[in-house]
Amino acid sequence: MSLISTLARLEAVSTGRAQPSATVRHRHLGDRPLVFVPLTTAGEAGAPLGALVGTDRDAPRLLVVPQPRDRDLRFAFLAELADVVLPYVDSYAETVEAAERTETDPETGKRVKVEVELCADAPQLIVPSRAGIDLVRLLGRSMRFRRTAEQDPEAPYPAPPRVPLLGRWLTHFGERARVPGSSLLLAMTDVLGRHWVTGQSTLEDQHLGALLAWIDPPEGTTGAEAALRAELERDAQGQLTCPPAGPATDPAFDNKLLAPAIERYDRARTALAAAEDGLEADDRLGALTAAEREIRALVLSRTRPTWDAVWRGLDLLRELPEGARVEERWTRDRWSFTGHRDRVLAGEPPQPRRDDAVTAANKLATREREQARLEAQEALDDPLVMAGRRLSGEAFAGEVTDVAMAYSEGKRPSPRPLITVRTDDRPHLGERTKVYRSLGGKPQSAEFVAAEEDGAVVVLRVLDKMGRGKEPEPGSVPEKGDRVCFTLFEHEQRGGAKLPDPEETPWTHGGPPGEATLEAADPVTEEDVL
Amino acid sequence: MPPPRTRGTALRQRLAELRGPDVPAKALDARALAALAANPGCARRAILDGAGVNKAALASALGSPSAFGQSQFALTRGNAFEAKVKADGGAELLRLVHDRLDRSAEPPVGARVPDLTATGPRGRTARTELELREAAAHPGVWTLLDHPMLALDVAGSPAFLEPDAVVVHPDGSWTVVEIKSFPLLDGSADPAKVGAAARQAAVYVLALEELAARLGAEPEGDAGAEGAEGTSVSAPRVRHRILLVCPRDFSNQPAASAVDIRKQRAVTARQLARLTRIEDIADALPEGTCFSPELPAEALAEAVESVPATYAPECLSACELAFHCRSRSREAGAVTSLGRPVRAELGGLTTVEDVLAAARGEAGDPDDPAVAALRRAAALRAEALEAACR
Repeated sequence: MSLISTLARLEAVSTGRAQPSATVRHRHLGDRPLVFVPLTTAGEAGAPLGALVGTDRDAPRLLVVPQPRDRDLRFAFLAELADVVLPYVDSYAETVEAAERTETDPETGKRVKVEVELCADAPQLIVPSRAGIDLVRLLGRSMRFRRTAEQDPEAPYPAPPRVPLLGRWLTHFGERARVPGSSLLLAMTDVLGRHWVTGQSTLEDQHLGALLAWIDPPEGTTGAEAALRAELERDAQGQLTCPPAGPATDPAFDNKLLAPAIERYDRARTALAAAEDGLEADDRLGALTAAEREIRALVLSRTRPTWDAVWRGLDLLRELPEGARVEERWTRDRWSFTGHRDRVLAGEPPQPRRDDAVTAANKLATREREQARLEAQEALDDPLVMAGRRLSGEAFAGEVTDVAMAYSEGKRPSPRPLITVRTDDRPHLGERTKVYRSLGGKPQSAEFVAAEEDGAVVVLRVLDKMGRGKEPEPGSVPEKGDRVCFTLFEHEQRGGAKLPDPEETPWTHGGPPGEATLEAADPVTEEDVL
Repeated sequence: MPPPRTRGTALRQRLAELRGPDVPAKALDARALAALAANPGCARRAILDGAGVNKAALASALGSPSAFGQSQFALTRGNAFEAKVKADGGAELLRLVHDRLDRSAEPPVGARVPDLTATGPRGRTARTELELREAAAHPGVWTLLDHPMLALDVAGSPAFLEPDAVVVHPDGSWTVVEIKSFPLLDGSADPAKVGAAARQAAVYVLALEELAARLGAEPEGDAGAEGAEGTSVSAPRVRHRILLVCPRDFSNQPAASAVDIRKQRAVTARQLARLTRIEDIADALPEGTCFSPELPAEALAEAVESVPATYAPECLSACELAFHCRSRSREAGAVTSLGRPVRAELGGLTTVEDVLAAARGEAGDPDDPAVAALRRAAALRAEALEAACR
């Protein structure tokens, strides 16, 4: 955390309201995001208890598992979830635009451009918190290896159709969420925490209710009071008035409300199974329905506040203008989405449990590159982020006080003007350190020549983007009196060294992965939890 | 050198007074151990844990109840899983220990599973010690101790610990077993949870090592082993790889993994050694201080205030008293309540008002690098926000 955001945090404490830590929005927000507010059962590895899901803030779809230990009910939940998520995903898969991609021609080995499809837009999933992202990944893992009755008639407990497909998509969303700057799957607490700093610690910012209370406290209260209430206030029944954003539930809710309700449901079910005649069964079915309705009401009461909070967070974020380079990063998300769509259409098997060495190395390299790209782009889009980089000596801004024309030596002298910048910043400039400024969205580089007046005046030599002629193109060289901002970090990221194809994996890294084998589904046992 | 007996008794009595009349001592549980690791410098936590005060009850009496609780679903499932792992005289558990840690030994068949029931923690500790001696007298046999009780000296007062299981290998070495209900998914588990389990196991290993050293140091024949006559009993080895047993993937089947806890053991040993001696803290308390939850809130608050705390946000997940300490820390405007990294950045400035005054240029020495950096940061931030408004 930079000193600037620390200072903002302290200001938030003294003003009682969150302070901005960004002046633009650094993440893409689609027109029609799918909000997913899941709950799980404590102690079971992500066994769903229920969820609110949908794209319409006024009409969420409520999904509930009245007895989380029951395999059939769990499957019914996942099938219903697939009915909501998959049509949503499909609706983005159809509209495409033409795009170009460079590929290596298998025959000539040359890099050639090929025409490919790129989806015009991509789906976007929003969950309340980081734990929600983990659950999406876990649900994906639990479903993608399942077999449906159609795929394998012998399989015990076949999964409903489309459930394995949902698993593959959720896995993709979960994987993509690990790429810095991506927006296919976002956690609301992370995005809000990126744009505002509160008067509490980052640990406490993980509570969505408290975080929102700081950013947008109700009339007449300070953020601190509202956050404390969101965190701790309990009603007469001992229940939190602002339930945790999940997926874990509050133990007091489990013990006092949910457990008795599930027990009533179980009793009603046993009674129904033991019914001797139709009339009795009708009565008992009524009792079962009532018990189920009660659990649904309980789940709704714990998810609806979070659902509303997520949409309120979206409203707050939409008030910020989108950063200039956010669109470019979203295009990468669209590529990622299109790529997975194509893999599914091509009938490729689900993502393996463990990546082979080359895929894993590629993923890590991508994440590192995207992290560097995100840091550079956020600084260029947002003066407040740039201020942090200036403070740490990675950038400097100032006024041009002098421009002197100079030329490179050689047969065809090219312009290499010297510019003098007066700055209050203290960049870490060494001999011939390269610096960059944004010129019409493209980076122009210069090198450090000399510092005068104890570092307050910096002389730079501009190196490129001035055209081919002897005279620099108009506007390509700053003029006296211009405000300029140079960075010491590069604006665009170069790809790293190319890795071998998976078939060429050296023995030091496990050798070629061999024939792709269809991974077996998890063995089914009596006490499966998911 | 152990402290003189009288002094130990005096301390025990003093701690009982702190706890309040007729309040039973609370054993040091996993959460207290985690808090120990998270915040070793907190005198308040040290004395309260050392005296066996029930901090949850204390926090409620102070009006800032802790938010810890366990869902009965988690409890039921955790117990069911542990019972399953230990079923059949621990056959499955021993198979896992053999498979993961000691393949060269005889496969565990007909292992001894002694009964460890006794009254009170002291009785159970003695019973555990007896059975460990007994196991040392039966080389070549596997022994499973189900929920043994161990004593560990924490800052001058004994803490009682209850590992899930301890296994004695045929070669006489001991292994700590931790049974947890978070899943081992495709061979990997949540690193934070594994770390917590490893820290917990490290404390058990330390307690066992103390016990082993004691057994080894005893004169021959005293070990209660007829067969060991004439040979000196060397101290049993406590293995530094523990066995972590978790449900596999999405099932209830046990899967196990050996976890190397040397690092956690070294860290915990160091922290235990540098804990302020509880008697020193107790001596510094005013006469008549008592933490009994029966007392009125004001008296309790005063008693709690008489011991300094070092609150940091990490306490929220480890200590029952954290909400109380947090509200005090916020009232005092301490910057640490925003996180330890924040505190580290601000040099000698410790309160919110000091920092803001220094940033505004109203106070502070401009030659102080921390103050200069703050003013620069404030100017840059103002400039950027102004630019954004335009």
